[in-house]
Amino acid sequence: MSDSVIANFDVNGRSREVLVKPYHTLLEILREDLGLTGTKHGCELGECGACTVLVDGLPQLSCLLLPHQVEGKEITTIEGLAEGDELHPLQEAFVEAGAVQCGYCTPSMLLTAKALLEGDPSPSRQEIAEALSGNLCRCTGYEAITRAVELAATRMDT
Amino acid sequence: MRVVGKPLAKVDARAKVTGSTLYADDLIFSDTLFCKLLRSPHPYARIKHMDLNAAKAVEGVVAVITGNDLPVKYGILPISQDEHALESEKVRYVGDPVAAVAAFDEETAALAAEKIRVEYEVLDPVTSIEEALSEPTDEPIHDYGGPANIHKMAALSFGDLEAGFAEADHIREDVFFYGGNTHLPMEQHSAIATYVNGKLTLWSSTQTPHYVHRTISKVLDLPMQAIRVVATPHGGGFGGKTDPFSHELAVCKLAMVTGKPVKCTLTREEVFYAHRGRHPVLMWVRTGMKSNGRITAMHFKTALDGGAYGSYGVATMFYTGALQTTTYDIPAYRFEGARVFTNKAPCGPKRGHGTPQPRFALELHLDKMAEDLGLDPVEVRRRNYVSPNTTTVNWLRITSCGLEEITDQVLQASSYVNRQRAVGHGMGFAVASYLCGAGLPIYWNKLPHSECLIKLDRGGVTVYCGATDIGQGSDTVIATLVAEELGLWPSDIRLVTGDTGFAPVDLGSYSSRVTFMAGNAALDAARKLRNLLAEVAAESMGCLPGEIVTGDGKFGTLSFEETTQLAQERFGAISTVGSYRPPDLAGPYKGSGVGPSPAYSYSAAVVDIDVDPETGIIKVNKVWLAHDIGRSINPVSVRGQVEGGVYMGLGEALMEEQAYRKAMPKQPSMLDYKSLTSVDMPEVETILVETDDPEGPYGAKEVGQGPLLPVVPAVVSAVHDALGVWIDQVPVTPDKIMKALDAKAKGQAPRFGPKSFPDIAYPQYVKVDTPHVATQAI
Repeated sequence: MSDSVIANFDVNGRSREVLVKPYHTLLEILREDLGLTGTKHGCELGECGACTVLVDGLPQLSCLLLPHQVEGKEITTIEGLAEGDELHPLQEAFVEAGAVQCGYCTPSMLLTAKALLEGDPSPSRQEIAEALSGNLCRCTGYEAITRAVELAATRMDT
Repeated sequence: MRVVGKPLAKVDARAKVTGSTLYADDLIFSDTLFCKLLRSPHPYARIKHMDLNAAKAVEGVVAVITGNDLPVKYGILPISQDEHALESEKVRYVGDPVAAVAAFDEETAALAAEKIRVEYEVLDPVTSIEEALSEPTDEPIHDYGGPANIHKMAALSFGDLEAGFAEADHIREDVFFYGGNTHLPMEQHSAIATYVNGKLTLWSSTQTPHYVHRTISKVLDLPMQAIRVVATPHGGGFGGKTDPFSHELAVCKLAMVTGKPVKCTLTREEVFYAHRGRHPVLMWVRTGMKSNGRITAMHFKTALDGGAYGSYGVATMFYTGALQTTTYDIPAYRFEGARVFTNKAPCGPKRGHGTPQPRFALELHLDKMAEDLGLDPVEVRRRNYVSPNTTTVNWLRITSCGLEEITDQVLQASSYVNRQRAVGHGMGFAVASYLCGAGLPIYWNKLPHSECLIKLDRGGVTVYCGATDIGQGSDTVIATLVAEELGLWPSDIRLVTGDTGFAPVDLGSYSSRVTFMAGNAALDAARKLRNLLAEVAAESMGCLPGEIVTGDGKFGTLSFEETTQLAQERFGAISTVGSYRPPDLAGPYKGSGVGPSPAYSYSAAVVDIDVDPETGIIKVNKVWLAHDIGRSINPVSVRGQVEGGVYMGLGEALMEEQAYRKAMPKQPSMLDYKSLTSVDMPEVETILVETDDPEGPYGAKEVGQGPLLPVVPAVVSAVHDALGVWIDQVPVTPDKIMKALDAKAKGQAPRFGPKSFPDIAYPQYVKVDTPHVATQAI
C-alpha cells in the first residue's frame, strides 16, 4: 500500500477519511471502499453519465474524478437524497410518473435534476432536456423522466 | 377493478430511486475473487499455442483457465450448439474469449490476462453476407451448415403463389437493407458465482435464468438440482442478456476450481463484443396487387448476417418471414431465408427479434405500391388488414385485433390525412404486430412455460415465480394481478422472482411473454387462493362463497388477516400453485414453431419530421403511437414501454449501427455508438386501445416490443413525404439522404439503398397446405 494516499471529503454530510490509490476514481472509492453502490457505472469513460454525483452541489462524473480533485469537497450520492424515510420530491415524482424502468440511470438522473432545480426552480421542458442530455437512458425515451422533473418542480415551487 | 388498470407505482420503484436496489455488480461476498476474460484481437484465427506461465506467476492470481477446462459446446438453441465458453482451437470474431483469470482484485486479473501469450495463425475473415455466400478462401467458420458460410436456410410456400401473381394487376419488386445495431443496456453484464457443498449458485444480470441454468448443467456437467441461478435486478436487457455468456460460465468454473466466490463484470467495450444484437438483413420482396390495392401474392426473401455464432439466429431467420401475415391478409405467400456466418460479433435477438427488419421493408414496399397505383397508402393497408378470429395463410391464429381502431385513432390524433405539405416537412404512417410470447419453448417439451406458487401465512402473501423483471415491470404486473384477486394492494405482495432455486419455472423475459404467460400462471394460483379464502369467509359470515366481495384488504366483512387466520386454522399451511402453457398453435410444417403466439399486439405510428434538403439532417418533431394493448394492467408502465419502444425505434431509424471495418468493430464505445439523448427525443403521444384479449390475463397483451416496429418505416416514409426520395436502408443518416437527392437531381431513381439481392441457392420450397382462411372479398 506504499503508493496509497489519504483522501478526505464529505459524503452525504458525513466526513470520510479513506486510504486510496491516487489513481482510483471517485466512482471506485464510493462503490468499493465506502460501499455506496447506489452510484452506478456504465462506461467508466465519461460517456454515459450513470456515475453522476454532486460535488459541492454540482453534477460531476465520478468516473473521471481522482481523489485529489475532491479533497475537502462535499459529495452527495443517491443515498443522501432522501431525508430518512422521507423521499425527496424528485424521488416521489420519479416513482409516480413512471420515470423508473430498469432504474440503472435513475440515481444519476435524480442528482442531475436536483442540481437543475436548485439553480432554476421552474425550468422549461427544453431546459430540463438540456440539463439531462449528458445522462443516457435506454428504457424510457426520457419522456417520463422529463415529466417527473416537471412534476417535482411544480410541487417544490409551491 | 380496483388495482388492474390503475396508475399505481411500480413495486420496485422506491428501492430504485433511493439507490438501494442491488444489481449484479453491486454484490460482493466474503473473499470474492475477480475475473477477467482474455479476448481475441483477431476477427478470424487459429490458436496455435497458449502460454499461461507468465500470467500464473503474477502475484495475486489464483487461477487461470482456458478452453481445455471448459470443453463442452453449448448454444441457446438445441440446433446451434456451436459455442465454447473459452475457445481453444479457433477464434471467430474480435472479442471471442480464450482464457479467464481469477485474482484477488480486478486490476491484477486484468494485468495477468494481458500476460497470457497466445500464438495465432491469422485467417482471412468473412466480412459480409456476399462473402459468406461464396467459397471461402480459408476453411468455413463452422463445421456445420453450408454450402460456404451459410448457417441455415429455409423455404416455405403457402397457397398458390403463381396463381396469385397471375391474378395481379400490378407487380413490384424492391430491395432493402436494415443495418445491424446493438442493445446498449446501461448496465454492463455482470455475474458472480459461489460453489458451496457441491452446490453452485450464480447471480447474474440475465433475462433468462432458466436457460442459463440448463447451460451450466450441460457445460459444467452438474446435475440440474445442484444449480441455482438468480437473475439480479436488471439494468436493461432489450434481448441482449438472453443468451448464456462466456463470463457466466467462466465464473462458475472458477468458483468450482478455487472454492471462492468469483465475479466478472464486463467493460463497456466488452459489452459491444458480447453483442447478440440486431441482425443486419438484406431483403427482397415481390408483391402482386389488384388495382384496388388488394394483395394477391407476396414473395419475401431474406439474407441475415449472423456474425460468428448461432445464438438465436435460426429463430431470427424464421422470424424475418413469419409476421408479415399477422397484419395483412396475404392469400399466397412464399418465404425464403438464409442466415450466414461472418467473423463479427454474434447477432441474436433484440427488441422485436427478427421482425423490425421485414416490417421496415414491408411497410415501405406497400407505400411504393400505393404510389404506383395512385392509391392512398393508408387505404391500401386497410384493404388488406387481417380480421379478428381468423387464421393466416401460414397458420397463425389471430384472436383479438385492434388494427382498425389503432389506425383510426393514430390518424385522428396526428391529423395525418390533412397534413401540411411542404418541401422539407413530412409525415409517415406504418403499422405492425408482435407476439405475446413465443408459442413454443426453445427446447422441445410439454411442460408449462410459466409456473407460480403463492404462499399465505398469517396475512402475508408471497408470490414465487421464475419471471424476470428487466425493468419492464413484470414484478409489478404479477403483484397487481394477485392483489386484484385477493383484494390487496400490489405493494402488499412480497415477490420472489427470477430465481431458479426458490421459484418455479418461467422461461424468461423474451418474446414479450411475461405478462401473458407468467401473468396467467399467477392469476391461476391467485384465483385458487381466493376461492379457498372465500370459502372460509363465507362459512364464517353465513353466506355463499360467490357472495363474498373483496377489496381494501377485506374478504366480505372480515379483514384479510382474519380470513387467513380462519383458513390456516382449518387447512393448516396454505399455498396454491398455477401454471400456464399456451395452446398447441404450430402449423403442420417444419419451421412452424416460429411465429405462433397465443395473441398478437398491434401498433400504428405516425412520425412528423423536418429534414433539411441542404444537409440531410432530420429533426423528429413528434411521434404518435397507437397500441392495441388488450388491456393495461398498469397504464403508467404501458406508456413507459411505448415511449421506450418509440425511442429505440428512432435510434435504429436515424443513427444506431454496429458497424465494422474489415470485421473490426468501428465504434465499441458509447461515445462513438450514437444513441438519442434527451435533447434529440421528440414528444410522444401514446394512444392505448383496449381490445380485451380472450386469453390474456384480464385481457392484457404485450407492449414491450411491438411499439418499436412501425416507427422505423414511418420515419423513412416521412422522409419520402418531405423530399420525394426513398431511403431503402437504415439507419437513415444524412449522407444517404444527400446521395438520394443527388440521384434525383441527376434524373436517376430517387433512392438510396441496395441495388440488388444476391442469387442464393435456397432449398426447394416446402409447399404447405393452407388452413381454412377467412378471406376478405377480393
